[in-house]
Amino acid sequence: MFEALLSARQLTKRFGGLAAVNEVSLDLWRDRIHAVIGPNGAGKSTLTNLLSGDLPPSSGQLTLCGIDITGWPAEQISRQGLGRSYQKTNIFLPFTVADNIQLAALSREAQQPWNPLRWLQQATQSSAANARASRALELSGLKDRRFLAAAALSHGEQRQLEIAMTLATEPEVLLLDEPLAGMGAAEAQRMIELLLQLKQDHAMLLVEHDMDAVFALADHLTVMVNGQVIASDTPAAIRANPHVQSAYLGEETA
Amino acid sequence: MSQTKANIEVLPRSVQLLLVLGLLALAAFPYVGTDFYLQTVTRMMILAIFAMSLDLLQGVTGLVSLGHAAYFGLAGYALAFLMPQNEAASLWLTLPLAVLASALAALVIGFFVVRTHGIYFIMVTMAFAQMVFYLFFDNHALGGSDGLYVNFKPSATLLGVQLFDLDNKTTFYYFTLGALLLVYGFLRRLLWSPFGRALAGIRINEHRMRAMGFATFGYKLSAFTLAGALAGLAGFLWGVQTGYINPELMGFHMSAHAVMMVILGGMGNFAGAIVGAFTFEYVLEVFKDLPQIGSINLGKHWQLWIGLFIVLVVLFAPRGLLGLTQRVVQGRGGPDV
Amino acid sequence: MEFVIQLLNSIQYGLLLFLLASGLTLIFGIMGVVNLAHGSFYMLGAYLAYALTGLFGSLTLAIIGGAVLAVAFGWVLEWLLFRHFYERDHLDHVLLTFGLIYIFEELRSMLWGDDVHSVAIPDLLSASIPLTDNLSYPVYRLFISGVCIALAIGLYLLIAKTRLGMKIRAGAFNRGMTEALGVNIKLIHAIVFALGVALAAMAGMIAAPIASVYPNMGSQVLIMCFVVVVIGGIGSVRGALIAALLVGLVDTFGKVLLPSMSGMLVYLLMAAVLLFKPEGLFKQ
Repeated sequence: MFEALLSARQLTKRFGGLAAVNEVSLDLWRDRIHAVIGPNGAGKSTLTNLLSGDLPPSSGQLTLCGIDITGWPAEQISRQGLGRSYQKTNIFLPFTVADNIQLAALSREAQQPWNPLRWLQQATQSSAANARASRALELSGLKDRRFLAAAALSHGEQRQLEIAMTLATEPEVLLLDEPLAGMGAAEAQRMIELLLQLKQDHAMLLVEHDMDAVFALADHLTVMVNGQVIASDTPAAIRANPHVQSAYLGEETA
Repeated sequence: MSQTKANIEVLPRSVQLLLVLGLLALAAFPYVGTDFYLQTVTRMMILAIFAMSLDLLQGVTGLVSLGHAAYFGLAGYALAFLMPQNEAASLWLTLPLAVLASALAALVIGFFVVRTHGIYFIMVTMAFAQMVFYLFFDNHALGGSDGLYVNFKPSATLLGVQLFDLDNKTTFYYFTLGALLLVYGFLRRLLWSPFGRALAGIRINEHRMRAMGFATFGYKLSAFTLAGALAGLAGFLWGVQTGYINPELMGFHMSAHAVMMVILGGMGNFAGAIVGAFTFEYVLEVFKDLPQIGSINLGKHWQLWIGLFIVLVVLFAPRGLLGLTQRVVQGRGGPDV
Repeated sequence: MEFVIQLLNSIQYGLLLFLLASGLTLIFGIMGVVNLAHGSFYMLGAYLAYALTGLFGSLTLAIIGGAVLAVAFGWVLEWLLFRHFYERDHLDHVLLTFGLIYIFEELRSMLWGDDVHSVAIPDLLSASIPLTDNLSYPVYRLFISGVCIALAIGLYLLIAKTRLGMKIRAGAFNRGMTEALGVNIKLIHAIVFALGVALAAMAGMIAAPIASVYPNMGSQVLIMCFVVVVIGGIGSVRGALIAALLVGLVDTFGKVLLPSMSGMLVYLLMAAVLLFKPEGLFKQ
């Protein structure tokens, strides 16, 4: 219970001579939302990609539930218990909402693509996957829209689907990349309530620009500028931190 | 290559009706058609199986292969090698072995080819197929440019009892029709299996599939191998029907043929592949049989007509014939989803 | 000395492949169009060399005339068909260019027949440079290499050093932005396409005297072109050059050292590259 579910130590990613992420360390704990903030180009998205395995680190170490996952590909990290949502909506547009979530839920079954039995079963017949899918569908609030094609959803609804798909893989650790991006006030409020609800069972990383949401949700804040962590503390301490004010919040109000 | 266009996977009523009528017509055909047309329709059915095998790869998984004919021809060669000079080998031995040969070749080549994406995939599938082509073309021991003969039709004798005689053209017709139905039924079921859904997901957004925990390389390789095996089934049947296998069956034109049949019909639902195969073969026959007008033999220049036909299809019906029927029947003019 | 001859042959073959591949990779790199009919342009060049040499009596005039015709042909083809396909996906390109292959094959058959033709090497270049007492090397092959090198340098200078080249590169990188800056992107695309066609046709023209002129020559060379682009990396002209020379070496020396396997060697090379670099040696 007191062990961090996800631990990053000195994670670095270099592109050519430039370090987009420079010696970043952080921990994610169950029942905690850890927000990462910073100006554009601070390296937040790159950091998320490093944590999810979308990018391999140049150096540093990554541990998930006690297992060293440094350098693992994204599909392996996902199966180990990590789920990630994307800033740019990354869903299956031609599929229905239900099919999107069903596919995500199916990822937890034994894979074996070469097994002819898997060719003859029907995707809707797995009760475990169906249970996972309906749970995620309920949480996302899209139950009434489930037979619509994802492309027909509003932007906010697509963001909800984005989260639902991440939830359907039943991860222990959630990495959420700007879940509130482009949402109106009402939709954002609903998303915030959902995130608070999810906090109980997951360790969560939240990358966000919406400062009201960040301070409402975060138990811990890490501030990144130019690839480096300049402060990592409770929200109250971060608010009072002069470095943060000048480097980031100061820029915001200017 | 992520494709954001939806395939027509659930067949509309009109298409289902068309398929049933088509099946009835095919079942009844031997009683009304002549011997020559019987052979033509058998050939169309074999090509329909070939087209469906490619549809699994191209339409469902989104992997455009310009070298699929390699697996078609290889099974034919396997049959030719397995068939002795002076008596018929068993169907129950030659068929599985030929299909296995194609599957193995697809597995090995797929291992190299499936790691590439987009246009690279198109190019390397073509290149490896050419490699197989030249392997047979340049080697006299493998038949060379002359090819090989299949001296007998395989014998369907099991435990001393002859179940049916493939020498009989009508029997072979129904055998092929049976194979066509089996493959179609199998693939339709596969489309809605967890494996099939994963393949469709890979076509639409492979990145997200990997992020959700699917090891997409294994899925693509399995699809590539299965598609190769089914192409082998078609090639085996072709060898049995024609009794002659040559390297051209593995060549670029044959692969291009398959790609066009699949696109023409409409991809991703296997019914389109059948429609495309029959339509393309029919159109080809029509063009080749065009009459002489004045001093110009129109039929001789069939390549020109088929080329123009293809260009017109891609300009006006890029989602194939089934895509057209959907638009016509449901009156949709909305955006492609 | 035998080795030197094979080496020169490898380089000449490689440079010719490079000329072809650079046209293909240019069109794909800038406009995203996969053009399976590229081999047909090579064939067009060879047949133009044959027809125009017969007409003018001189290969040099034929090449000049052929180059002009190829550019015009490419221009019209782009305007008529290809420019409508830049936004479409690869499959549509594949289908379109398949159709074109059939059309071009038949037009070729109707215009020039199905026989194999030869094109005479111009007298000026028909000598051989003696290397030893009984071995000599044809000047014409050196000429081919020379022309390819000259065109390669010209292409490099065009893309890297001129304003047109800058616009081309900008348009490939970010079409919308380039257009917003007032660059006539439609014109750029037309120029690039015509250039690609001309490069392929040129390769066919200068190769015609040694490779002869026959039906289906297009598809044979297209495969080699693809192998070069796969090994080198699509969009990379430098990659195409190195890959083409590699292919030339493997193919030529393969025929000499391992004749029973020679056809396969180039593909084995490609397979080896794919294991470690599935996107080519010099991926952009």
